[in-house]
Amino acid sequence: MQAIISVKGVGKTYAGGFTALKSVDLDIQRGEIFALLGPNGAGKTTLISIICGIVNPSIGRITADGHDIQRDFRAARSKIGLVPQELSTDSFESVWATVNFSRGLFGKAPNPEYIEKILRQLSLWDKKDSKIMALSGGMKRRVMIAKALSHEPSILFLDEPTAGVDVELRRDMWEMVRGLRKSGVTVILTTHYIEEAEEMADRIGVINHGELVLVEDKHTLMRKLGKKQLAIQLQNPVSTLPESLHAFTLEVADEGNQLIYTFDTQREHTGIAELLRALNQQGIEFKDLHSSESSLEEIFVNLVHQNQNERQLVG
Amino acid sequence: MSMNVYGIRAIYKFEMARTGRTLMQSIAWPVISTCLYFIVFGTAIGGRLGEIEGVSYGAFIIPGLIMLSLLSESISNASFGIFFPKFSGTIYEVLSAPVSAFEVVAGYVGAAATKSVIIGILILITARFFVDYDIAHPFWMFGFLILTAVTFSMFGFIIGVWADDFQKLQIIPLMVITPLTFLGGAFYSINMLPEFWQKVTLFNPVVYLISGFRWAFYGIADVNVGVSLAMTLLFLFACMTAVWWIFRTGYKIRT
Repeated sequence: MQAIISVKGVGKTYAGGFTALKSVDLDIQRGEIFALLGPNGAGKTTLISIICGIVNPSIGRITADGHDIQRDFRAARSKIGLVPQELSTDSFESVWATVNFSRGLFGKAPNPEYIEKILRQLSLWDKKDSKIMALSGGMKRRVMIAKALSHEPSILFLDEPTAGVDVELRRDMWEMVRGLRKSGVTVILTTHYIEEAEEMADRIGVINHGELVLVEDKHTLMRKLGKKQLAIQLQNPVSTLPESLHAFTLEVADEGNQLIYTFDTQREHTGIAELLRALNQQGIEFKDLHSSESSLEEIFVNLVHQNQNERQLVG
Repeated sequence: MSMNVYGIRAIYKFEMARTGRTLMQSIAWPVISTCLYFIVFGTAIGGRLGEIEGVSYGAFIIPGLIMLSLLSESISNASFGIFFPKFSGTIYEVLSAPVSAFEVVAGYVGAAATKSVIIGILILITARFFVDYDIAHPFWMFGFLILTAVTFSMFGFIIGVWADDFQKLQIIPLMVITPLTFLGGAFYSINMLPEFWQKVTLFNPVVYLISGFRWAFYGIADVNVGVSLAMTLLFLFACMTAVWWIFRTGYKIRT
């Protein structure tokens, strides 16, 4: 499948010498929801800003739907909608005027029916004549989305779309993003909320210190890097583990009342049966078992730490 | 894809709507302040002054007063038009839109120049209530009016891009343009100055604008009208070059 966005060797070094992005290669597939994760200052917004034309790359080449973003900027940009992180709005304009302004700016003829449809989808229709300054933060965020969708883009960038948004609106937005994907829009989002990426994304990219650490299918990533843990609740507390249990990656917790067994989800044999047999042989009785899987958040934190440790070693 | 006409129209409409929201500041105040000039200089003081090259003093200052407002309004409208999106962060939308540098400038400068021309015409109409005047060369009068409005709107656009704060936005109109206009023959003919100052005044570019504009009204000029036109076109070309450079390098717009 041809990538709808192709990023080849893109880097950005600012005039002051700060390198925000180091030779990034990335392909975004048509119709997917791609989540770009990374700590503050990792280069997420710089990458998005370069693709959208707000920041010039120092090196590299980007195409959007086959159009070079610099040589063929009109065709490339007309495919892209952007919801920036900051709530930058024209406070004195009405919702209706500002969304129509965006449509015109992107070279589309007026289409009141389409604008009405978007405003209704985003629950903004009854606010269409309100000035933006009179809206709540969540409503302003919806206006930003309406502006980004006003020219019917096939690629939508959402930079921290649910930052500072309440739970209900966040769920609404997730629903809206899924709806957009169904209609064929490719969605690229950056987020601090791992839950958001876990909930919505098809693929995940992790960026740190301007480098794309990895790009992986969400489920594969969780399978590859996710760890499972089995918590064994004991009848009687133990102070030390017998010699025969040292072969297992066991940890004594809860003042000796619990044993935590960590195992790799990819391995064919998890070793649980052997562990339980060994416990039985040692006369260690248990009253409850509970297994849990690493969240994407834990995977992300591990990846970032691993990347930082590698950098320190190289440094 | 051909020219993004909808994009130009969107920016133009947006800027004109801003004028509509601030009618007092955008339109009424320049007209009121011009009335005050007419009352003080044209009627109160001008009544005691004789004619200048066959034109009553009240009528003589009309082109200068229009230029005074035209220059300051063109600069302030265009500079604020591009500065405010930079300040508020909404510039991201223009930068990410499929609009070329020419289209962006056409939208912002076109709207600023339109507002200035409207103000110029309103001042011209207002002047009728205070003094009688004739326009000897109406075509050239409108020609100079539009050319000056476009040129200084473009200059204002450059200031708006350059300015990082509100002080910088005001500094050139207040500290440079207004003094140059006052000293550029808005209220007097430079022939009334001592010979040395007549020569110094010729380094003031506003002299050429006012002189050419006054020639369009009354057929009298401090400098040859061809020179006035050439100087105005030269300044327009300089501004166009600066704007071209801004978009080529991304100066203070696109990092």
